[in-house]
Amino acid sequence: MSATNLSHWRQAFSRRNIVATVLGGYLPILIAMAVIVLPLAWMAIASFKPAPEIITTQPVLWPQDPTLDNYAHVADTVPLLTVLGNSLIVTIVGSVIKVVLAITTAYALVFIDFRFKNAVFLAILVALMVPPEAALLPNYLTISSLGGRNTLWGIILPGLGTAFGTFLLRQQFKTLPKDLLEAAQLDGAGHLKRLWRIVAPVSAPTIATVALVTIVGEWNSFMWPLIITDSVQNMTLPVGLNLLQSIEGQTGSYGYLMAGAVLVILPVLIVFAALQRFIVSGLTQGAVK
Amino acid sequence: MFLAFAGPNLLLISVFIYFPLLSNAYYSTLNWRMGSTSATSAGIDNYVRLFTSPQGAEMWRVTITFTVVTVLASMVLGLLVALALNHRIPGITAGRTAIFSPYVLSGVGVGMVWNFIFDPQLGVLGHVLRSFGASSPEWYLDPDLALVMVIVVYVWKNLGFCAVVFLAGLQSIPSDLIEAARIDRAGALRRFFRLTLPLLSPTVFFLTVTNILSSMQAFDILKIMTPSGNGTNTIVFELFLQGFGPYQNAGYAAAISVVLFVVLFAITAFQMRFVEKRVHYA
Repeated sequence: MSATNLSHWRQAFSRRNIVATVLGGYLPILIAMAVIVLPLAWMAIASFKPAPEIITTQPVLWPQDPTLDNYAHVADTVPLLTVLGNSLIVTIVGSVIKVVLAITTAYALVFIDFRFKNAVFLAILVALMVPPEAALLPNYLTISSLGGRNTLWGIILPGLGTAFGTFLLRQQFKTLPKDLLEAAQLDGAGHLKRLWRIVAPVSAPTIATVALVTIVGEWNSFMWPLIITDSVQNMTLPVGLNLLQSIEGQTGSYGYLMAGAVLVILPVLIVFAALQRFIVSGLTQGAVK
Repeated sequence: MFLAFAGPNLLLISVFIYFPLLSNAYYSTLNWRMGSTSATSAGIDNYVRLFTSPQGAEMWRVTITFTVVTVLASMVLGLLVALALNHRIPGITAGRTAIFSPYVLSGVGVGMVWNFIFDPQLGVLGHVLRSFGASSPEWYLDPDLALVMVIVVYVWKNLGFCAVVFLAGLQSIPSDLIEAARIDRAGALRRFFRLTLPLLSPTVFFLTVTNILSSMQAFDILKIMTPSGNGTNTIVFELFLQGFGPYQNAGYAAAISVVLFVVLFAITAFQMRFVEKRVHYA
């Protein structure tokens, strides 16, 4: 070991440096993690507690008599499988269509000649700045007049036009070398073939980012589904939970409510833990240039 | 060919984003109950009401309080967490993931979890306070406390996002700059305020704008924790309550929508056109 290396080691393990690392790094992070994780842990634990352990002035951490009754009760109060199924359908169908539309639109903006291309891009950019809540009332009237209240397509349709994904993918497609596509064009490949054979595969990480952010957004989506559905058979999970909260909120039946919260939170938490790299980069886009 | 690829998306954007902007502008001039087939012209009455009535003033007070406090608190706490995360120590990635995670969770689920914590009788917060001899505040009855409560929960959900964006900003600062200041024997606080913070100004600016936009659009937590609004009627929540809640006041809700759009659009346009060029690297 050379002399400089040795001094680096001494420096790294000097008492001062260890104290600084613990106080400046680990301690604040552990506090922050506790603040973040404890409420979620409390939710998960409470979802297995029977009612007497919830409605008490002397709560204990671990369930003394763990039970699945809370989950069974949620299933009775709102038709759980139906609501869960609705959420899955809305999330999958909505996300697939949105991602495909974003890919084809971004491809057109980058690789197909069109006179008004800049105007179209500007229109998409402006659409990105329109808060979805500002379109709520007219969209409600449009979908209602088409007979879309209390239907899954009524939940899915208004959110399909996608500016965010288009914008992100356009940036990615613009970085691709032109000769990559020119070679394919000489071979007689049409636009569709060039898109699926060349552009999409090399852009897979960006597409995955757009897809995951879209999936999480659809799953959590609340305001629009809340407005367009009032029959429980057609609700998505967050809307069903809103109903559950209004039924059980007054009675202190928090065991049921925590079981419901677990159902909407846990799937996203699992997906996030596995694929956080893509999700974080998608959600913090624009921050890091 | 262009339209074959981009047409469907453009059609959807026109019908469900652009057309609503125009029709809202029209609805906002009507005196119109939701679901009614008849409406009378109201001129600019809905807008006058939005800016001069006690109800409108209350909405602006709540919106501004909620936005200013959530933005400041998420950013200050987020920066502190980012500074802690900015060490090359084992396990830091797991910490980063955990702290970011609330940002991706359903606001409905998060609101339910915190309802259980804040419940004055059964909530764990009340239990802790009682064990210190204090009693739990009536979070749900007092409008001011209700606003504090939803602010706390919103910051809890949002601060990881700020932390991760700040962390990326910190990591883009060349380490030899910080090292040079260290050799000059500049103290930690001085290094932070004279060097790190100015170098972070683009990140601070980006986060300020995105946080204002998202705080003004907050809804899920507010709706779940205070279902019919109780000192928590920010602009989007009020829009919902007026249009689709107990009031069924479509014309007024449309006026709120128009103002919401104008305000958020102005903030975004301001960011893109104007200030971004004026943020200087130290």
